[in-house]
Amino acid sequence: MDAIRRFLDGDVFFSFKRSPLVIAAFVVSVGCIVAAAGAGFLAPHNPFDLATLNLLDAFTPPAWTERGNPAYLLGTDDQGRDVLSAIMYGSRVSLLVGLAAVSLAMVVGVSLGLLAGYAGGKVDAFIMRVADVQLSFPSILIALLIDGVARAALPKEVHDTAAIYVLVLAIAASGWVQYARTVRGSTLVERNKEYVQAARVIGRHPLAIMFSHVLPNVLGPVLVLATIHIGTAILTEATLSFLGVGVPPTQPSLGTLIRIGNDFLFSGEWWITVFPGAWLVLMVLAINLLGDWLRDALNPKLR
Amino acid sequence: MIAFVIRRLLQGVIVMLVVGFIAFSLFNFVGDPVALMLPPEATQADRQAMREALGLDRPFWAQFATFITNAVQGNFGISLRLGRPVSALLVERLPATLELAFVAAGFALLVGIPLGVYTGLNRNSWLSRFFLTVSLIGVSLPTFLIGIFLILIFAVWLGWLPSFGRGDTVAVGGWTTGFLTPTGLKALILPSITLGLFQLTLVMRLVRSEMLEVLRTDYIKFARARGLTSRSIHFGHALKNTLVPVITITGLQLGAIIAFAIITETVFQWPGMGLLFIQAVQFADIPVMAAYLCLIGLIFVTINLVVDLLYYLVDPRLRADRAVAGGH
Repeated sequence: MDAIRRFLDGDVFFSFKRSPLVIAAFVVSVGCIVAAAGAGFLAPHNPFDLATLNLLDAFTPPAWTERGNPAYLLGTDDQGRDVLSAIMYGSRVSLLVGLAAVSLAMVVGVSLGLLAGYAGGKVDAFIMRVADVQLSFPSILIALLIDGVARAALPKEVHDTAAIYVLVLAIAASGWVQYARTVRGSTLVERNKEYVQAARVIGRHPLAIMFSHVLPNVLGPVLVLATIHIGTAILTEATLSFLGVGVPPTQPSLGTLIRIGNDFLFSGEWWITVFPGAWLVLMVLAINLLGDWLRDALNPKLR
Repeated sequence: MIAFVIRRLLQGVIVMLVVGFIAFSLFNFVGDPVALMLPPEATQADRQAMREALGLDRPFWAQFATFITNAVQGNFGISLRLGRPVSALLVERLPATLELAFVAAGFALLVGIPLGVYTGLNRNSWLSRFFLTVSLIGVSLPTFLIGIFLILIFAVWLGWLPSFGRGDTVAVGGWTTGFLTPTGLKALILPSITLGLFQLTLVMRLVRSEMLEVLRTDYIKFARARGLTSRSIHFGHALKNTLVPVITITGLQLGAIIAFAIITETVFQWPGMGLLFIQAVQFADIPVMAAYLCLIGLIFVTINLVVDLLYYLVDPRLRADRAVAGGH
């Protein structure tokens, strides 16, 4: 209870309370997460249960239009799947891939950054040179390339089941650099502080010093970076899926839904594309706003 | 100065070698070219003969050297999907991508700089706040969604502009251009807005923050004290000094524009290199992927180099600093 009271009195919560935009972003983010996580119970239909699909319901427009059906609030797609339910299931895939990719990128980036900053010398020069080269190429290109290589290297059946892992790997590989650079910078500062010297004097293993002493002190900016990275990762996933090299169509993410809907844009069935697209934008915008706010709220220089 | 140029050139060559090595590894470790080219009933002796004919029995480094020699001459083999030389395919598609990229960059600069100046000078007007909010939303919008929404509004609902392709093109020498026909120009509008929008917000925010920074400096105060008109202060003194970072960022973004053209080209079925690449990824067409990778690498390295040199030429302070540091 004490911790909760301290949080409610603290200045982070104070700055949260004062900004209606941030509160709105928080509500939307939580709403998206609940809708995605609880898709199994909350979604009005199960878009993957073939038994409940009725082709006669295909291309039903949203409920408030003339030909709409109240059972399908946001209309149906070409196979009679409820667009709202498909969005809820799809955002689950999008969020999962985004979170997994950010976690992986964070673990890899933080470890390499710690190593580069603490070990210094040739290890540092090598890691940072790789990071520099990678940073001069856009991340979407790197993700595309890794995905393309995996597609060529794995047999088709294997690739379909492994597609999501490949995607996570591709997005993570294109995002680790920023974590590594941030952590390396703070590690260089921490390395010369007395507590690290003390740990070294009592003969602790360098790995133990890096992970149990230095790591907790360099983690602050990393968490803020991760919040902002989630939005980017979700967009990268959506883009790759839209390009047809992301998750397989059997488990559509928001990007896949937009791609499917794009084929029907010209025949006037706009709702199949527009609603997943709007959901994606709303979700990413809310997460980005939260990340921005968190960065400012946790930065004592800006107060 | 010369040492600086040489060092940057060397770095560029090293990066290109690394990119070439990755492209080469694609050939070597992904799939077996012999298995791809021979029928499944081929004997072991056939395979061995093929191996020797292709030079695959030679040491790794010798093969890499051959690959680099061929790549420098623009020879990347034959596309597995289309059965035509990769270099010919890329040359055919290059004009479409470059025209799109330059129009998009021009759009970003021509609209972004005035908006940045306006929002920098009138930082508290509601119009400035409006522009800034819109630009924040613009950053959260993925490129492909912008394209889809533009198509929906201007091509499907209003029917003003074409939604795919380049329109009619005219061949000038070996270069096919869409600039000379009305349909070609019309076809350029939506894709270049889609591609340039992100860069536009970037340029606008950059010019705005640089303007705010510059307007606080002493020489602007002095110019005001001398009684110069606001116009000459804002555009003659302030804007000029904001342009150095704008040049750098725009230059660096030109590479990003060419890379992001992959997405725009897919949305608008624009027959450029990006569309070729994405189809190559879908079909695991290794020669095209390798060649595109090398070409994009070359473009990026060249742009980075040119921007570095330009920076050096535009900002005299850099030259002075280096001269002092180098002890000349």
